Amino acid sequence: MPPPADIAANGTALAEPPQRLPAGAHTGDRLWNALLGVFGGAVLLVVGVIVLELVEVSRPVMAVGATRFLLGRDWNPVVDSFGALPFIYGTLVTSTLAIVVALPVSVGLALFLSEMGPPRLRPVVSFAIEILAAIPSVVYGLWGLFVLVPWLRSTVEPFLQRTLGFLPLFQGPTIGLGFLAAGLILAVMILPTVSSVTNEVLKTVPDSLREGALALGATRWEAIRIAVLPYARPGILGAAILGLGRALGETMAVTMVIGNSPEIHASLFAAGYSLPAVIANEFAETVTDVHTGALAGLALVLFGISLVLNSLARILVQLVSRGPMRGATE
Amino acid sequence: MKKILIAFAALAFAGATARAADTLLITGAGATFPFPLYSKWFSDYNKKHPALQFNYQSIGSGGGIKQITGKTVDFGASDAPMTDEQIAKAPGITHIPTVLGAVVVTYNAPMQSLKLTPETLSGIFLGKITKWNDPALAKDNAGVKLPDTAITVAHRSDGSGTTNIFTDYLSKVSPEWKEKVGKGTAVKWPVGLGGKGNEGVTGLVKSTPGAIGYVELAYAKQNKLPTSTLKNQEGVFVQPSLEATSEAAAGVEMPADFRVSITNASGKTAYPIAGFTYLLVYKDQADKAKGEALVNFLWWAIHEGQTSAAPLDYAPLPKPVVAMVEKTLQSMTVQGKPAQLAATR
Amino acid sequence: MRSLAVRRAVNVIVTILCGAMVLVAIVPLGSLLWLVVSKGAPGLTPSFFTALPAPVGEPGGGIGNAILGTGMLVGLACLIGLPLGIGAGVFLAERGDGPFGRAVRFTAEIFSGIPSIVIGIAAYGVVVIPMRRFSALAGGLALALLMVPSLARTTEELVRLVPGTLREASLALGIPQWKTSLRIVLRTAAGGILTAALLAIARAAGETAPLLFTSLNNQYWNFRPDLPTASLTVQIFNYAISPYQDWHDKAWSAALVLLLLVGALNLAARYALRRSAAGGQT
Repeated sequence: MPPPADIAANGTALAEPPQRLPAGAHTGDRLWNALLGVFGGAVLLVVGVIVLELVEVSRPVMAVGATRFLLGRDWNPVVDSFGALPFIYGTLVTSTLAIVVALPVSVGLALFLSEMGPPRLRPVVSFAIEILAAIPSVVYGLWGLFVLVPWLRSTVEPFLQRTLGFLPLFQGPTIGLGFLAAGLILAVMILPTVSSVTNEVLKTVPDSLREGALALGATRWEAIRIAVLPYARPGILGAAILGLGRALGETMAVTMVIGNSPEIHASLFAAGYSLPAVIANEFAETVTDVHTGALAGLALVLFGISLVLNSLARILVQLVSRGPMRGATE
Repeated sequence: MKKILIAFAALAFAGATARAADTLLITGAGATFPFPLYSKWFSDYNKKHPALQFNYQSIGSGGGIKQITGKTVDFGASDAPMTDEQIAKAPGITHIPTVLGAVVVTYNAPMQSLKLTPETLSGIFLGKITKWNDPALAKDNAGVKLPDTAITVAHRSDGSGTTNIFTDYLSKVSPEWKEKVGKGTAVKWPVGLGGKGNEGVTGLVKSTPGAIGYVELAYAKQNKLPTSTLKNQEGVFVQPSLEATSEAAAGVEMPADFRVSITNASGKTAYPIAGFTYLLVYKDQADKAKGEALVNFLWWAIHEGQTSAAPLDYAPLPKPVVAMVEKTLQSMTVQGKPAQLAATR
Repeated sequence: MRSLAVRRAVNVIVTILCGAMVLVAIVPLGSLLWLVVSKGAPGLTPSFFTALPAPVGEPGGGIGNAILGTGMLVGLACLIGLPLGIGAGVFLAERGDGPFGRAVRFTAEIFSGIPSIVIGIAAYGVVVIPMRRFSALAGGLALALLMVPSLARTTEELVRLVPGTLREASLALGIPQWKTSLRIVLRTAAGGILTAALLAIARAAGETAPLLFTSLNNQYWNFRPDLPTASLTVQIFNYAISPYQDWHDKAWSAALVLLLLVGALNLAARYALRRSAAGGQT
């Protein structure tokens, strides 16, 4: 029985490691192996340096109290008092909004591409999604600033306020810039990631499950609903979390449409701020060590959240490819 | 393939060193306040001295101070004079005033004119006055139809000398502002959207109906945005203008290190929110070529350069100040030796 | 149990819903592409590509130095990032099984989760501060670091996919192991690696955040890696958030140029992929 090899990020198994002669059989080999080791070590060095630098630079602000930093609501450079909460809030709100919008669309897209769509249209749609993935963040920001924001301000936000204005989510002045704009732009930006991972996940569902349902007389949708989706659910959840992780780190498009205001408001129409956006805006000009430390602290928070989410996503996606029902297909 | 790459690299290197031999790039960063003027200055100066390229990046006064302190740029620019702590971190730093500018309160609303007093201005930026047709505003603007819409405040999201001038003024005229917010290049704003640079705030005001923001006069004029009339210390409502800005500087005693605040100045026609803007350079220049070029440029800036100021609505330096700056420039050194000024005018 | 007609109807409705989701995805894309082309194309005069930016408020000028700058930054990124990324991938594939290899793989995973702005901060601390200047080198390093994780992972996968038989045949012929890895294995995987490299380069060309405090910006032509340089992305950002209509128009045109560049790189990647698959292994 072949031993389970490492699993790559998208869930497919890596091929077996190649057979090797004992190292050192040749001086050329020794050099080669040393060179490879250098490359491997370089990766360790780079990441190590980055993490250590962040920890070191953020020391002044952590010394005053890590919880005070994480839960503080005030960002006040005048008195050197910094709280990360508004940025954590903004990042979480916009990313959550992004995934709430992007997940159904991505699942629909993935279903279209793998099951429900007419076969002739699939390559076209697939190509379009690839284009979406290739567009740089600043171009999304440009479009967001000059197209999405005015549209939200003139049409969407007033409409939402008229119909759902009783909810705190849709109250306050409708200026177009703010959490809603940032969340929607992020949704478009993470669509390619979430839909392609979902697509991969759907592909790893064994055909026998589908065929079994179809053989029992299910319609296409019923086969998907009964046989495919439950099996793929952890993977789809993983795709969503992966998308969330990507949305967290987006800087340019967000800073151009979110309003750059370190405030916590319940309304989606309000202006806010995100972790990467404040770092981008303020890093070049911090004069006190505490201010620099605060930004480094924000970077650590951001890094920490992405790390946790990415790991969680990988585990979930692997769960599907190594899934509990795999044995049933052999 | 390898041969082509090597040849290309050699050519590029040759090209680079050849080019490096004839032009000198001097990099500066900082204030967005004077950027329209500096942009013209550096372009004009480059036409006169093609071998000298001044690369100025307007990243905000806070950035200017930080980068010159870290010596990652050759000169900085700031409308906020450096504090004592900041100067302690950059020993030998000198402030060279270049021009005067006015911080105007611009808005995006149908009224042709708007009168603001210290009370209404601070009320708006404190978030206490939230609608355009608030009674406090109506009282000062009798006869003007104020719309029943929300006021959206726009401020700076980056470290800004313009913010410093504006909050310095508000701290002087509003005890509540002084207590709640204070003054600085970056403050905790009670309300509002943040824009990057004077450019960003102007952009926000221009595109957001109901917005109000503070920007340098040139930005409002270039973008055809209305400017409010402010009530000055003598109780007179003044429109921002060249003359009103110069008037603000007229009564103020300029200290030897040029760090001064001219907000809320006395004088019947003085505009209340005005300020000097500075180029930040080290008294002793470490690089010979760059140092010479920089000192000569500064000399040009306070003499010939001043003629470009008025068309862009910046007020030229008062004559007594020019005399003081001349002395400072003459006392600057390059690698320990006195700077060679191309001509004494 | 619902009737067959109802179940069939539900099936149709869901299919339509999926189609609607496709539209929801396509409409922003279409809007964006349409606007970039329609607003950007009129500005694409020859002088736009070759001229330097004009001072504030003066019309005319172009993004010639920004195009050059992006080229230089991407070139530097390739010089640093390609060897590091591909080398790390080969390391993981060939020697990645021991504890050291596992540590590297785990670290590479962490690496891929670092947001681009954080990489920019790292490059500022490591290059800009010691060198006492903003530079294309710092920007290039930041971009290189962004390329490494995905390149390493893809290279590892591709190298592992090379059939063991090829390796064994080469070794059986007496070719030393290092030559086998370099000339036989890597050459076989080269097509896929080229594709991955092109995609990584396309991504690097589109980055803005890490450049903000590494390469800064420059209004002039710059050929030196140790000086600040303009770039397409930073220029687009600066123009977009400005209040000047002329600059807004230039932002659209510059965005069009950027999209064409990124598009060309992606197409090249696809072409490389197709060629390697067609020419490919036996």
